[in-house]
Amino acid sequence: MPEPILRVENVVKHYPLTRGIIFKKEIGQVRAVDGVSFDLMPGETLGIVGESGCGKSTLARLVMKLEDPTSGQIWFEGEDMAHLGPKAMRAKRRDIQIVLQDPYTSLNPRMTVGDIVGEPFDIHPSVLPKGDRKRAVQDLLEVVGLNPEHINRYPHQFSGGQRQRIGIARGLALKPKIIVCDEPVSALDVSVQAQVINLFESLQNEFNLTYIFIAHDLSVVRHISDRVGVMYLGKIVEVGDEASIYEHPSHPYTQALLSAVPVPDPVGRDERKRIVLQGDVPSPANPPSGCRFRTRCWKVQDICAEQEPPLVQIGTAGGQYAACHFPQERDILDNDVPTAALDLSEMPQE
Amino acid sequence: MSEHLLEVDDLYVEFRTRDGVAKAINGVSYTLDAGETLAVLGESGSGKSVTAQTIMGILDMPPGFITGGEIRYKGSDLLQLPEKERQKIRGAEIAMIFQDSLSALNPVFTVGDQIAEMFQVHRGMSKKEGMKRAVDLMEQVRIPAAKERVKDYPHQFSGGMRQRIMIAMAISLDPAVLIADEPTTALDVTVQAQIMELLQDLQRERNMGMILITHDLGVVAGVADKIAVMYAGRIVEDADVLTLYGEPAHPYTEGLLASMPRVDTKGEELYAIKGLPPSLLALPPGCNFNPRCPYKQEICLREVPPRQEVAPGHGSACHFWEEVYRARTDSAS
Repeated sequence: MPEPILRVENVVKHYPLTRGIIFKKEIGQVRAVDGVSFDLMPGETLGIVGESGCGKSTLARLVMKLEDPTSGQIWFEGEDMAHLGPKAMRAKRRDIQIVLQDPYTSLNPRMTVGDIVGEPFDIHPSVLPKGDRKRAVQDLLEVVGLNPEHINRYPHQFSGGQRQRIGIARGLALKPKIIVCDEPVSALDVSVQAQVINLFESLQNEFNLTYIFIAHDLSVVRHISDRVGVMYLGKIVEVGDEASIYEHPSHPYTQALLSAVPVPDPVGRDERKRIVLQGDVPSPANPPSGCRFRTRCWKVQDICAEQEPPLVQIGTAGGQYAACHFPQERDILDNDVPTAALDLSEMPQE
Repeated sequence: MSEHLLEVDDLYVEFRTRDGVAKAINGVSYTLDAGETLAVLGESGSGKSVTAQTIMGILDMPPGFITGGEIRYKGSDLLQLPEKERQKIRGAEIAMIFQDSLSALNPVFTVGDQIAEMFQVHRGMSKKEGMKRAVDLMEQVRIPAAKERVKDYPHQFSGGMRQRIMIAMAISLDPAVLIADEPTTALDVTVQAQIMELLQDLQRERNMGMILITHDLGVVAGVADKIAVMYAGRIVEDADVLTLYGEPAHPYTEGLLASMPRVDTKGEELYAIKGLPPSLLALPPGCNFNPRCPYKQEICLREVPPRQEVAPGHGSACHFWEEVYRARTDSAS
């Protein structure tokens, strides 16, 4: 069994809520990420899905070490990142890069594309012999499908999809091992989205990259991921390989989330049964006791308020884990098949 | 010819900017009947929102100019009506829901004030009476504890709840036409499902005609009766929902449908429409889609394809629609 390239162990990130300006008093904590663990194997793509506020972007920042975890450990290639000195950490940062969501605000409008994509080389001069920079930048632009001649243009001269490619080129510059993609296609038009997804996949094959792919679009995540983790209020409620999560999810939240995804096929739409969740996600500053999903769950019982369900293995095949007191696999059928044939006796009906 | 509730007929809108004239809408026509849902599908810059703004009469003019066409509502051309008459229609007969509920609501007034204002302005009611109606409406859009929350400000609501407030305002005067401009784009999927369900229920109860503007092929498939696909200010294909998804007859529609990640394409490269949407300042000659089109031939560079009837109620603006259509229907059989 190969070693995981990244191991995240029980990571917690709480942000203090304070009151007062001079005499700051802590009045509470936002529990953005509250005990998340996973292993990331070299070359795989782990998709993270969840609604806004579930902590998926905070998790990305923790993996990038842009934030220090409140507790828990992150091991990269067997080394605990918290215990690396500044110099060693700086070197390690080369190996984990990020591609951000919004290609409009994540590129400096005053810098040319050449400077944006080449800036990582200024920070890590050891990567590249002096004088090779222009060439390296042009190579990168070519890799991501941009015209290498456009090295002196500014971001505003590009469309959204092209800007996202610039962001990807910047992420690739230092030949990282892991790229964290935080909603990399959600700001793009539908016809351009497919181009960028294909680019991510071909780059992965070419450079043997490992991705953490964060998105709220479940069909995009399914397409690109090997494994998928579903987050709710700072916790992973279910994780498993792509097929098990999408075809027989066992956590009620995963089931509801999947059934809420609009199916791009009108055939049989009136027979489709949806689980429509009531209410909104509770505040992460004051999450419900026990199971965090219990306030919106239709299976809720007393135990759900008292005990927090641990993430346990589901089924015998292995690889699928859910945190629910009453997990039950539910088959989600393919796009073409109306779900009327399902046993929905315990689901809330529309 | 039977009269439609709302009829957009050969509409042209352009924006005169410093950089030149942006041709936002170039001959758009569609119709809407009571109780019907028309989805206008398109990417950013395709002109789908500008059409809606023109119907509402809230287009910024200048820089916007309506250079041709008619918008007939119950038989009369809205574009010819004096502003006073239009005010009576706007909001009361034709109402609109916007994408960004936080900026569409006024942050310094309570949501109750804002809903009540509809009744005060259009119906001459007192504030008290208006507030009572506001509570009723908030209950209709299923906001819990409406009585208490009517005095809250927009920022005290979640995104989904704010969108419900917007819907309450829009339906307050029982409009015949509801235009929903990307009503769920900013929302999470579970909340999106709630809002779409609410909109459909309200539409059925009130027999409203609804124009749903969106770029999301999934949302459209779930609720639309018929669809108009827009590209660069033109409708390139129109059909009822089953036909459009099953038998597209325009290369753009075909490409959009093919580029959706699906279960059976897992692990394969996604089909991607090559290139980028054109700039409205410099539209390509002939068919606007020609630089990206796999069916392109010489005629596409010269002539703008007119809408051609594929079947009754199914139109495609493509010189080679038959090829697109056949490729699809042959492979299916």
